[in-house]
Amino acid sequence: MAITMESRENITMQEPIGDGRAPLLSIQDLHVWFELRKWGFAHAGYVRAVDGVSFDLPHGQAMAVVGESGCGKSSLMKTILGLNRPTKGDLIFDDMRLTEVRGSGMRRYRSEIGYVQQDPYGALAPFMTVERILKEPMVVNGIRDKEEQMRRINKALTEVKMTPIDDFLHKFPHMLSGGQQQRIVIARAMVMEPKLLVADEPVSMLDASVRVEILKLLRTLQEQRDLAVIYITHDLSTVRYFSERILVMYAGQIIEKSEVNELIANPKHPYTVALLNATAEPEAENALVYRDIPPGEPPSLVNPPSGCRFHPRCPHIIKGVCDVKESPEFQTGPDHYVKCWLYE
Amino acid sequence: MKDENVLLDVQKLALHFSARKGVVQAVDFVDFRLDHNEAVVIIGESGCGKTSMAKAILRLLPRNVARYTGNIYLKGTDVMKLNSEQFRRQVRWVRMSLVPQAAMNALNPVIRVGDQVAEPAIIHLGLDKEQAMKQAMQMFQHVGVPIDFMTRYPFELSGGMRQRVAIAMALVTAPDLIVLDEPTSALDVLTQANIMNLLKRIKKEMGTSYILITHDIGTSSELADSVAVMYAGQIVEESDAMRFFTAPLHPYSQKLMASVPRLHGDTEPDFIIGQPPSLINPPTGCRYADRCHKRFEKCDEEPPTIDYHDGRRVKCWLYVDEGG
Repeated sequence: MAITMESRENITMQEPIGDGRAPLLSIQDLHVWFELRKWGFAHAGYVRAVDGVSFDLPHGQAMAVVGESGCGKSSLMKTILGLNRPTKGDLIFDDMRLTEVRGSGMRRYRSEIGYVQQDPYGALAPFMTVERILKEPMVVNGIRDKEEQMRRINKALTEVKMTPIDDFLHKFPHMLSGGQQQRIVIARAMVMEPKLLVADEPVSMLDASVRVEILKLLRTLQEQRDLAVIYITHDLSTVRYFSERILVMYAGQIIEKSEVNELIANPKHPYTVALLNATAEPEAENALVYRDIPPGEPPSLVNPPSGCRFHPRCPHIIKGVCDVKESPEFQTGPDHYVKCWLYE
Repeated sequence: MKDENVLLDVQKLALHFSARKGVVQAVDFVDFRLDHNEAVVIIGESGCGKTSMAKAILRLLPRNVARYTGNIYLKGTDVMKLNSEQFRRQVRWVRMSLVPQAAMNALNPVIRVGDQVAEPAIIHLGLDKEQAMKQAMQMFQHVGVPIDFMTRYPFELSGGMRQRVAIAMALVTAPDLIVLDEPTSALDVLTQANIMNLLKRIKKEMGTSYILITHDIGTSSELADSVAVMYAGQIVEESDAMRFFTAPLHPYSQKLMASVPRLHGDTEPDFIIGQPPSLINPPTGCRYADRCHKRFEKCDEEPPTIDYHDGRRVKCWLYVDEGG
């Protein structure tokens, strides 16, 4: 369980960006730490899963969060979904402050955020029909009117292109292909008509031939419904087709924020450069060369390295700076920020 | 006896399973060959029979096998003629080994990784414990796992390290051929690239051949000398890597290549409409016909495998006039 360590400070209202509306989601200096215990009770330190993350997400924008496993992206996502409590920092979603919502407020909070899981088969109850699966969120959130339920199910299934609807309503998840299962997961996330959709590696379990189809579907939903989407992935090649902005996470922190095409054309942080280097394009020449990859593995989040967390693996380390002081965020372009001393 | 210069020559290999609904034709009369120090990549969607093919080659069969026929010539000897005990003693892990799917979870959780790597050397090469451990130590150095990790248990290693251990285990008997079943699909991008670098280095230094089974076309290009595309239990295209990644022949391969999202360039990725057919009673004609954008009348009959003039092979009616 995450624990609340410090009372939150009052934050000033966000300046409106983009279309003049306040951001849908605003995160300020968010920390999510998990306590480690020894023998079940003695304190043995913290896992600093999310360590000082700030960003704003405007209405209707698709944003990608990229990072390796263990970098804290799932903890960040679970905090946004209201499943973890922030240890420190502030998270304001649609005028609700996460640290203050309780009880029925929490139910409302959660109903406004849809969640698309990574493994569609694991996310769907095997003993429920598609109809039951899609009704479940409405039952939980108190939509009891049968007609309204069917109207929403119809709409959601049409939107994910599972038509004719009657062919699917009475099927069980195992009767569907992986791509169809993932559509049902998306439809389930959409029946409550959320303002934000969190998609955790939505295509990594699917075949290459259907991945693009699902991503295009999510893109269409996002554009038609003015839906904000947080797309969590480690695959940089799909990001470009799907989102406008990108955050790169490493060891619990955001190390680079930018508009997508700018980031791919002009990566700044050495870690981002490595990620892009490691992403293979299908070309036969790949077999002839070795890839330039930094050695080592991401650090432990219990005792992260001092200074910049990437410094033990970094090819451009500035001795006496990078290993001592944590870098602030430097702006290198109109909407491009990087947490690296090289850009001081 | 067949040509000894070809490492592996698979002919008319079939592996069918009996299921409640009928016979699943998972591998349906497949031919392909592999030279020394060559890497062939088998690409296909899930359920196309890729993993069954790996199992058929290594004779790791489940109980419900309905048909297991064909010829597998390893350096000229037909290993299909060996009984299962001979196969175990002379072939499996001695001359070809396997890095299984999700290899990182395929390690025994209660045995130290060093002992696990040494085990094949004890069993298959008949080394004593001390020699085998020495051999295992060399393998650890080779795959880039620190030697003091040998006394650790699998849960104490990261995913990438476990994958390296699984590769060390496949290498310890110095086989001619390693079958890699989705070796990097559960790993992070950087770890993936690191493992691919390692596999390239092993191939260069030890002269090992690979059969790499994957659905990730980007990763496959990292290792491929040649490519075989599988669809619904059959190989529909066999090609050298260079030609495959620039201009594949079969309409399915073309769509598959078009579905890969690219980091650079302006091409919008495309997807393939529909699903692969069931392997129980697959369609009688071309199995891809229902999804094919170039379908014509001929496709209702099963296409022959055509030897294209530049050495590629393709199972498609479109190329019937260009063979020879």
